[in-house]
Amino acid sequence: MARFVIRRLITMVLMLIVISFVTFLLFIVALPGGNPAALIAGRLATPAEVHLISVRYGFDKPIWVQYVRTMANLFDGSAYSYQEGFNVMGAITRGAPATLSLSIGAGVFWLLSSIGLGTLAAVRSGRYTDRVLTVLSMVGVSMPPFLLGAVLIYYVSYKAGVLPINGYISFTVSPWQWFRHLIGPWITLSVLFIGFYSRVLRGSILDAQGEDYVRTARAKGLSERRVLVRHILRMSLLPIISLWGLDIAQVIGGGAILTESVWGLHGIGQLAFNAIGAFDTVTLLAIVLLTAICVVVMSALVDILYAVLDPRIRLG
Amino acid sequence: MSAISSELSAELPPEGGPAEPDLPAGTGPYRLAWRRLRRNRVSMFFGLVFLLIVILCLLAPVYAQDIAHMGPNAGSPTTQITIGGKTEFVTNSVGVPIGPTWNFSKYFLGADSLGRNEAVRLLYGGRSSLEIGVVAMLITMVLGTVLGLLAGFYRGVTDGLISRVSDVIWSFPVVILGIALATVINVQGLGPLHSTTLMTTAVVIGFVYIPYVVRPVRAQVLGLREREFVDAARQQGLSGPRIMFSELLPNLSSTLVVFVPLILANAILLEAGLSYLGAGVQPPNASWGTMLEQGLQLFPGGFSTVLVPGVMLVLTVMSVNIFGDGLRDALDPRSKVAR
Repeated sequence: MARFVIRRLITMVLMLIVISFVTFLLFIVALPGGNPAALIAGRLATPAEVHLISVRYGFDKPIWVQYVRTMANLFDGSAYSYQEGFNVMGAITRGAPATLSLSIGAGVFWLLSSIGLGTLAAVRSGRYTDRVLTVLSMVGVSMPPFLLGAVLIYYVSYKAGVLPINGYISFTVSPWQWFRHLIGPWITLSVLFIGFYSRVLRGSILDAQGEDYVRTARAKGLSERRVLVRHILRMSLLPIISLWGLDIAQVIGGGAILTESVWGLHGIGQLAFNAIGAFDTVTLLAIVLLTAICVVVMSALVDILYAVLDPRIRLG
Repeated sequence: MSAISSELSAELPPEGGPAEPDLPAGTGPYRLAWRRLRRNRVSMFFGLVFLLIVILCLLAPVYAQDIAHMGPNAGSPTTQITIGGKTEFVTNSVGVPIGPTWNFSKYFLGADSLGRNEAVRLLYGGRSSLEIGVVAMLITMVLGTVLGLLAGFYRGVTDGLISRVSDVIWSFPVVILGIALATVINVQGLGPLHSTTLMTTAVVIGFVYIPYVVRPVRAQVLGLREREFVDAARQQGLSGPRIMFSELLPNLSSTLVVFVPLILANAILLEAGLSYLGAGVQPPNASWGTMLEQGLQLFPGGFSTVLVPGVMLVLTVMSVNIFGDGLRDALDPRSKVAR
């Protein structure tokens, strides 16, 4: 077990290095003119000034030296955006509360609702409830988040005035306003996932019905409810949970950009979007790393959860 | 969006499905699947809806010329139209366009903020969105299948390389990856790709979905390559590529067929997302995504310019999804087995 963990850790670190280096390279090479110094100096700078900036920031050094320096700066919090001049860690810390509130809240919401709806559809398989849920989930997976957001904002916030139009209010300022401002974004982000997850869960519950361990549980005389919850659901949740781990990680790393943008949350997704537009390599690198770390950590957590849920993995 | 993967992870290879009792023995798996699909009324209906949308969008120039009498980029905020004896501008004094007139020849679905004909743009935009979706889907399918085959068949270093690269692509949110690639290509250009062609968006979308096909294909090939028929092919001295493409590929077909609608639906959605963020189709080209983006700029005025492309987009993607769902059920050899 310890060897497995260590091997995983080493792979993770290697992957992080590769990911960050590729991103670094892509954005340095892709910069208009290929030189960040020219961007910092601005349009009217003389070649001499550009050269001066190049030397000062170390853009004349070999690429890998630049990479190591940038990474070191990122980790001790002293990295600054070349274009905008803000502290990158500061910008991420400012965006993080909105993104974390959005993603964790929505994540819990979509996980629980899809477990509920998926189980219901499987139990009522082939009947009316199942069909309605199937149609709903199809609508859900076909709905772009920004469109759903726009429709909610127009009808629920603007016309009916039930929810705030947009923006993020910090939890520390007012928990109630925080909650109210996040209801819309939570729904917007969740619908697509609920549609998809509930279908997957329904499928895997139906598949499990024919398994030996389910027949054994029934043969022991367990109640149908107990068979469903303790035996079927327990196994059928596995694919959902591994999906969930990756999706949450991506959403934290800026994957909720569409939701953030339409609801004006100014989170990490928005930061990533602006950074790409401005060719702000350093900020982007930081976000890419954040995403990668989240993905790596979540997949480790998912592995542990697997072991908890599946006795074959735990004992094997 | 890790979505697509697991949907198919449970896919079984097509062979060995129990034949339905009322059919003559020896009916092939694809005929069985077609029978099952035909019986699924809902899926067939939405398949037809999708076909209808495609035909309508292909007829965009006909509608523009012969019925609406204006092109997708014609018209201005001061264009006047006469409805029921009343003449008015297509956008009002604060720039909010008129809503649907329900008159086929005069701004059927209203105007957009620049006074262009929404209905004409909807059809032309649909052409772009569908074109991007289809091209992206083809790129994903071809490259994903080839890479998956290579990784699963040769294993070792090839597999390691392909799988690690997929892992890296896989770990990023598709939207962020899409924006990053699109921005780089739009600014720098990449061969024939630059900001004014639709193909840039198609290539970007096609690229980001590749890992979603590579993984399941690879997993299936890993299983198939140990089977007797592959041994037999090897004994006959067939080359690696020959085994991959004429022995393994046919066995993957049912998995691949199911992927087509799934990737298509997601590609159309991603086009809309990228265009909404300004990283997709560039104006004045119309696509459903750019139309939504322009409509939302007027917010909360002129909401019809959001609803029109929005409804069309959702309807199209939903048709593809429902048809795809039916296709998957039909190809699943276990379906219709007592249960």
